[in-house]
Amino acid sequence: MPVTSVIPKTNNIALVGNPNTGKTSVFNALTGLRQKVANYPGVTVEKKTGSFSVNSTTFTVYDLPGLYSLIPKSLDDKISTEIIYNHNNDVELSCIVVVVDAANLSRNLYLFTQILDLQIPVVMALNMIDVADKKGIKIDIEGFKKEFNIPVIPLIASKRSGLAELKNTISDLVTNPDISQQKYMPIPDEITKCIGDFRNFVKNGFCESEVSLTARSLRIISSDHVLQDWIDKIDNTKIDEAQQSLAKARKRLLESNQHWSMLETKLRYQWIDEVLKTYVHTSKTDKQSLSDRIDKILTHKVGGLFIFFIVFAMIFQAIFSWAELPMALIEDGTNWLGQMVTQLIPAGALQDMIVDGAIAGVGSILVFLPQILFLFFFLSILEDTGYMARVAFMLDRVMNSIGLSGRSVIPLLSSFACAVPGIMASRTIQNWRDRLVTIMISPFMSCSARLPVYVLLIGAFIPQGSFLGIVSYSALTLLAMYTLGIVAAILVALVFKKFIVRTMPSSSFVLELPAYHRPNLRYTFLQLLERVKIFVTDAGKIILAMSIVLWFMASYPKSDESDTSNSSQKIEQSYAGKIGKFIEPAIKPLGFDWKIGVGLLTSFAAREVMVSTLATIYNVEGADETSGSLKESLKNDRDPVTGELLYSPLTAISLMVFFVLACQCMATVAIVKRETNSWRWPITMIAYMTGLAYLASLLTFQIGSYLGIGV
Amino acid sequence: MTLNDLEPGESAIITTIDDSSNESNYLMELGVMEGTPVRFVKSAPFGDPIEVDLRGYHLSIRRSKAQSILVQKF
Ligand SMILES: Nc1nc2c(ncn2[C@@H]2O[C@H](COP(=O)(O)OP(=O)(O)OP(=O)(O)O)[C@@H](O)[C@H]2O)c(=O)[nH]1
Ligand SMILES: [Mg+2]
Repeated sequence: MPVTSVIPKTNNIALVGNPNTGKTSVFNALTGLRQKVANYPGVTVEKKTGSFSVNSTTFTVYDLPGLYSLIPKSLDDKISTEIIYNHNNDVELSCIVVVVDAANLSRNLYLFTQILDLQIPVVMALNMIDVADKKGIKIDIEGFKKEFNIPVIPLIASKRSGLAELKNTISDLVTNPDISQQKYMPIPDEITKCIGDFRNFVKNGFCESEVSLTARSLRIISSDHVLQDWIDKIDNTKIDEAQQSLAKARKRLLESNQHWSMLETKLRYQWIDEVLKTYVHTSKTDKQSLSDRIDKILTHKVGGLFIFFIVFAMIFQAIFSWAELPMALIEDGTNWLGQMVTQLIPAGALQDMIVDGAIAGVGSILVFLPQILFLFFFLSILEDTGYMARVAFMLDRVMNSIGLSGRSVIPLLSSFACAVPGIMASRTIQNWRDRLVTIMISPFMSCSARLPVYVLLIGAFIPQGSFLGIVSYSALTLLAMYTLGIVAAILVALVFKKFIVRTMPSSSFVLELPAYHRPNLRYTFLQLLERVKIFVTDAGKIILAMSIVLWFMASYPKSDESDTSNSSQKIEQSYAGKIGKFIEPAIKPLGFDWKIGVGLLTSFAAREVMVSTLATIYNVEGADETSGSLKESLKNDRDPVTGELLYSPLTAISLMVFFVLACQCMATVAIVKRETNSWRWPITMIAYMTGLAYLASLLTFQIGSYLGIGV
Repeated sequence: MTLNDLEPGESAIITTIDDSSNESNYLMELGVMEGTPVRFVKSAPFGDPIEVDLRGYHLSIRRSKAQSILVQKF
């Protein structure tokens, strides 16, 4: 019987293109809901894959992060180039769809021509044809097809127009791959001659096409940055030889009057300029585009900043008021679930663990989900319109003064609602050092979980009255706490930049300001869904584990008398109570006793748990931060020995200072672990924030006592 | 003159890029190179960074970078 050797077809398609060209829109339109999001191994860049079929052949599509060139700059870029080059030998691409923004051809074609040189079958998806039309850009599509000798499909991805043709073209190309006619960048003969020897050197050990080899050699010669990457990868014994061969090529280029620096880039743009001159015609429109007119207002020197404040004030207002109802529902839901389980499972340790540990713990984090969702919803809409890039543009100067860039503004602002979405938003920061510093200072922004604690303590201890008859002392205290967080963030950013991460490449700011456009809601919801998944699955696991540990510490060992009516005693007997007593000497100088100590421990689950812990200790049923009884109990608690009042306003301030600075939030810890992909940074974060909180509270209480303020 | 010296709305041609840092190379890949026409759009509310229009798109860079981009008005 004849053996038919069937070469397994991979049918892998990658969508490649500059940022914001509509890759994800094309991806969504091609695959519908047949997609999944995972992480690339070892890093936290999302890996999006989906599939579609043409005539019962299935194709797998990869949506790669946007990039400007095959020379990687950020983590995202690295991921994309690794897939394109198949460095890890896992995804063999049978076709690359380059998504090109028709309204921004010149720079988009740069990456496109680099891809052409790889000698993989290429389709040009000429997207945003509608925008190009509006700008008066006329593209000779037949001309493009002839010039590059590849399929060129005009598209409006957001309206799904042109998709059927794209699918069929991909299918045809993959079944019948022929790249012999595909164009690549013309390189003048004299240059080819100069780099010939080096090219043969580069060739060793690689099997790739001649064309792509030439392009790659030229790239190494053109840039020291690429050279370094290449040298790092080759055999140690060959480095000297490599350097010599390279030096010779560069010298020969100089001799024939070609400066080698960025030569590849220059040649490409020369080609692109010629192509554009031949096939693209722009009818000059004198009238300002709508985008420009909007921009005049939104980035106005005074008005722009004002609008920025209004927009964010409104978003925060919306988050707090709209999230109230769903938050209440989630609380009720967890309570209901707890009751159901109580009925189903016999009373005992298991029931306790599930109800008081797992359900209550996870529930206390889940209540923040509505806020996180609303925040993300608004942020991704603003992002989609192009406004976020303007915010970064307007505030770069301010951030630069603490060594960060404008890209950190949004993550830090979001952290005032909740550090979790803030830290997740830091992904748009290209520079890893900036991103890390941003992540590390995000938790200093006073988030919404701190508010219940502030409200309780201010209500109980800060005297009525007002400063100069205008601002009440309560409001002033609250303002002081927010300011303290910001000041701490600035100082820590400076310290981090100076001493800890200074070996990493320093901050820079090069940002494309895309034209404004209408946001796409469908797309926003898809993104939102992804975020929720990440928060619930990835961070959720860690939160669940920690909740159970905290519950265990607060309820074991059980007191012998099993006097269930006195929960205060129960806590005193527990491990948490014992630890509270144990650390009492250490926190005494801050003005705290063991009860607050227990609260500090349990509030690691989430800050507002402090309130319910204190309520349990004082045996106040169903207390929340506004309830009078808890306030009164705190105010009137006396030292059992001396009979003096236990807590003073100074204690309250010291405690609030501690809350501003300490990292008491396991959701934050979990998300930092996820985003930095190691335990190193979350542990650093806990350590330094706790240290700082301790020190600041100590100073507050000691100096306050010495001066006799608020005692 | 440098890119910094242009007034909002003024156009010029890039003549030289004065350093060969990684950032300059990156800018070249974005199409900021000798012979490219640029239009100075505006500077940010606090004076830095600036926004330029080139090759049909808008780009923002810091003044410290723009300092090393030499231009000639036309
Ligand atoms: N007018 C118009 N808008 C489009 C078109 N295609 C996509 N968009 C919009 O352009 C914006 C960006 O699209 P995305 O699909 O997120 O672009 P992307 O290439 O995935 O962006 P990155 O992942 O950030 O690199 C979205 O708001 C889309 O709705 C189009 O053909 N015409
Ligand atoms: Mg995308």
